[in-house]
This record gives sequence, structure tokens and C-alpha cells, in this order.
Amino acid sequence: MRRVVVTGLGMVTPLGSGVEHTWSRLIAGDSGAAKVTAFATDDLACKIACSIPFGDGTDGTFNPDRVMEVKEQRKVDPFIVYAMAAADEALNDAGWHPKTDDDQYATGVLIGSGIGGIGGIYDASITLHEKGPRRVSPFFIPGRIINLASGQVSIAHGLKGPNHAVVTACSTGAHAVGDAARLIALGDADVMVAGGAESPVNRLSLAGFAACRALSTGFNEEPTRASRPYDKDRDGFVMGEGAGILVLEEYEHAKARGAKLYAEIVGYGLSGDAYHITSPSPDGDGAFRCMTAAVKRAGIDPSEIDYINAHGTSTPMGDELELKAVERLLGPAAAKASMSSTKSAIGHLLGAAGSVEAIFSVLAIRDGVLPPTLNLDNPSVQTEIDLVPHEAKRKRVDVVLSNSFGFGGTNASLVMRRV
Amino acid sequence: MSDIAERVKKIVVEHLGVEPEKVVEGANFIDDLGADSLDTVELVMAFEEEFNVEIPDDAAETIQTVGDAVKFLEKNSA
Repeated sequence: MRRVVVTGLGMVTPLGSGVEHTWSRLIAGDSGAAKVTAFATDDLACKIACSIPFGDGTDGTFNPDRVMEVKEQRKVDPFIVYAMAAADEALNDAGWHPKTDDDQYATGVLIGSGIGGIGGIYDASITLHEKGPRRVSPFFIPGRIINLASGQVSIAHGLKGPNHAVVTACSTGAHAVGDAARLIALGDADVMVAGGAESPVNRLSLAGFAACRALSTGFNEEPTRASRPYDKDRDGFVMGEGAGILVLEEYEHAKARGAKLYAEIVGYGLSGDAYHITSPSPDGDGAFRCMTAAVKRAGIDPSEIDYINAHGTSTPMGDELELKAVERLLGPAAAKASMSSTKSAIGHLLGAAGSVEAIFSVLAIRDGVLPPTLNLDNPSVQTEIDLVPHEAKRKRVDVVLSNSFGFGGTNASLVMRRV
Repeated sequence: MSDIAERVKKIVVEHLGVEPEKVVEGANFIDDLGADSLDTVELVMAFEEEFNVEIPDDAAETIQTVGDAVKFLEKNSA
């Protein structure tokens, strides 16, 4: 199979617009969590979220007008706007703007989302109920369905290769990156624009995830303390939104054009728990088999892994199960490994989490810095693994593992290595 | 310009994101104002809402310019 490298990065996150702005705030230990003010939360159990800081584009704020005309934004849910912004940044970063037929045919898009345009579906349902079917917009469907992130990006940039989308709940972003890498490895494309996008910060999603008992509800007055993976006081995840997009490229293709090589995607593993619709399997076996598959594909020994970007959502059950599965994978090498959950700072971006975290993993390799696990005051379990509490840490990183697990018992792991 | 024409113009500017001076009587939504087929469906919906009329599909198909819309609405709205 052909080798696949990462040559471009782009993101919009609760810490700001753009990769460098987000990364510097992440390393500084900032949190993107805050009380929700965009809509009424008085009757919701969870009143906090990690929202995108909208603004005029200065100081890392996100100005959507820079990527989409206002009249086009009006037709789509925000996950598509975030995907457009992150894809734009990633393609600029990669310096890849295909113009010839051959280059356009060889460049595809694979952007997923966990729940896509759920906010717009909520609004249109109200319109249907109150005003009838003749008032439902012709843009309702194309502005809400998940693969339209890929569709819009392909149209904006003339990318005529494989056009695909992934929907695997909270492992969407990782599956998108892994599947896109496979398409390149197998020769279906030379370049793929891959990742996830999500815009779930609305009343319906907060009510729904709270009903699943997945959200933090005990820190409504102290939002920045709510996402606390591995800490004994954790009580659920904090919802986030945004997008993370990577430009993946066949190694020789990237080298021939002198592209910047961030990292190589060497391993990708997938598994299913076959256990429960929302709860992870109590033996952590799905996570273990997923990581094992990725490590095997990478052709490395688990002891070579320097940093693990954990799924670590801050839910009472999930964090410890993942930790145990990682300990099982690493064996005695656990003592020298570091693992952190960046969800402690940006919340849980659901379908965008895996790709945003893959980017953080790539940046850990580039800069030799481990992003911290915020709020880890009192770990609920003892482990030899360094969980990078509170503050970022310097460490040379050559090999990273990034985990993502989703509702339905779907698991994805990526292994990336310094080129 | 009539009151109806003013209201039509406002809707067209808002939905198609075009300069107000381009929204003249003879302007064709698709050829001159950059609309696609879905935009025209949405425009007709907006006219229905604003003028509280029902525009059947066969009538909607004849509304291709700003002037067509104004004429139809002058004749059919209360």
C-alpha cells in the first residue's frame, strides 16, 4: 500500500479560529467552556458548552463571512460553515489548489459529522408545525444532511475525486481521517481533504444528551471546571462545536511538490463493542482491539508510542475503561507513556473530535509539546501513565496514538509518526 | 415604484444577496441575479409569506423576472 502523509491542517474550535490560535491557547491551559447565552437554558439540566467565539476575525475570533457569503450561510447549518473554514485553512496550509483536470480528479473530500444539521431540523420542524409544509425551505434538506459538508467543500475548491462522508457518532472524525488515508493508500485518490464538523450547541441536543446522562450537570456555575477527564469529581462531558480538517497526501506526491510533511499516518484500527447503544463495554475490549489493530497496521511495538490523545470525555465510566485498555496495550511501557484529554479544554466536539484531536497529535510531534488535561485535581484511579495534569509539558514525540469511541460501540484509533 | 414593487425588491435583495440597484423590473432571477432553481423556489415562498397569497407551481414557473413577480402580486394579493 502507498504511504500517506499529512500536509495541511485547518480548524475552528471553541478556543478560536485557526490551528495556531487554538493550539497556543490549548498549550496555555485555556478553557473554551462557558455558560450558554445564545438560547434559554433555565429548564435544561446542562447550561454550559464550548461554543465558537464568533467575531470579526481578529484576535482568533471566527468570522464566517470570510469563507461563505452571508446568503449562503443562511442556507446551511453551522457545521457546514465550520467545515468550509477549516478546509480552506487546510488547503492553504498545504498549498494545494488543484487546477488541472487530473489534479482535480485525484483530490477527494471525506468530511463527516455525528449529527449534522440537528439545529436546522429542529427549526424546520417548528416551521412545519406552525406554518405548514409550504413554508419548509428548499434549502432545508441540502443545508442539513451530513455529506453536504463534503459537497460544499468540493464545489468551493473544484475537488472532483472521491466525495464521501462518515457518520459514526463521536468517532466520526477519526474514521474520516482513517478511511481517507485508506483511499489514498489504495490509489483511489492522491490527496484527500478529511475530517469532521459538528454544530450541536442547541436546546434539542443539550436536552437529548442530558437525557442519555452523558452531559456534565454539576458545574453550571463553574463552566471551566466541568470537563475534568480522570478526575474523581467528573460527571459527564461538556458539549463542543467546530471542525478539524486535514489534507492527506500520498507520500511521493507530497514530496515531489515540496509540500510540508507534518506526519505520516501509519496505523488505523477499527472495532465494534457489540455491547450497548451508549455505554462502552465494561471490559474495554473494543477499545483495546481497536488500538491493537492500529498498532499492528503501523508495524510498531506499543512501547514506541510517546503520546496518546485520549478519547477521555470526562464521563464517569468511559475514562477509566479507556485508561485500563491503554494500560493493557502498553504493558510495562505504560510508565514512560503520556496521555492527555484535550476535551478538558475544548469540550467534546462529537463528530469533529477525532479529527481535531488528530491535528493536536500532529502538532505534539511538530512542537514537542504535550497539551494538558485540565482540572485533573484528584485522579479517580492510580496509573503509571502520565496524564499531563493542568500544564502542558515538553517532550520529544515521534509516535502518537489518537483514540475516538462513539455511541453504538464504534471505535477508531489512528497512529501517526514523524516523517 | 409601487409599495408592492418595493417589498418585492427588498425580499430579492435579502434572499439573493444582490445590490439593490440590480433589482430592476426586467432583471431575470437566474440569468441576471445569480439565483439557482432552489433560490427561485425559496423566493416564491418568501413572496407567499410576505403577501399572504398562495402561488401555485404552474404560476410560480411563469415568475422569472422581478417584473413578473410584481405583476403577479399586484393582480393576486389582497
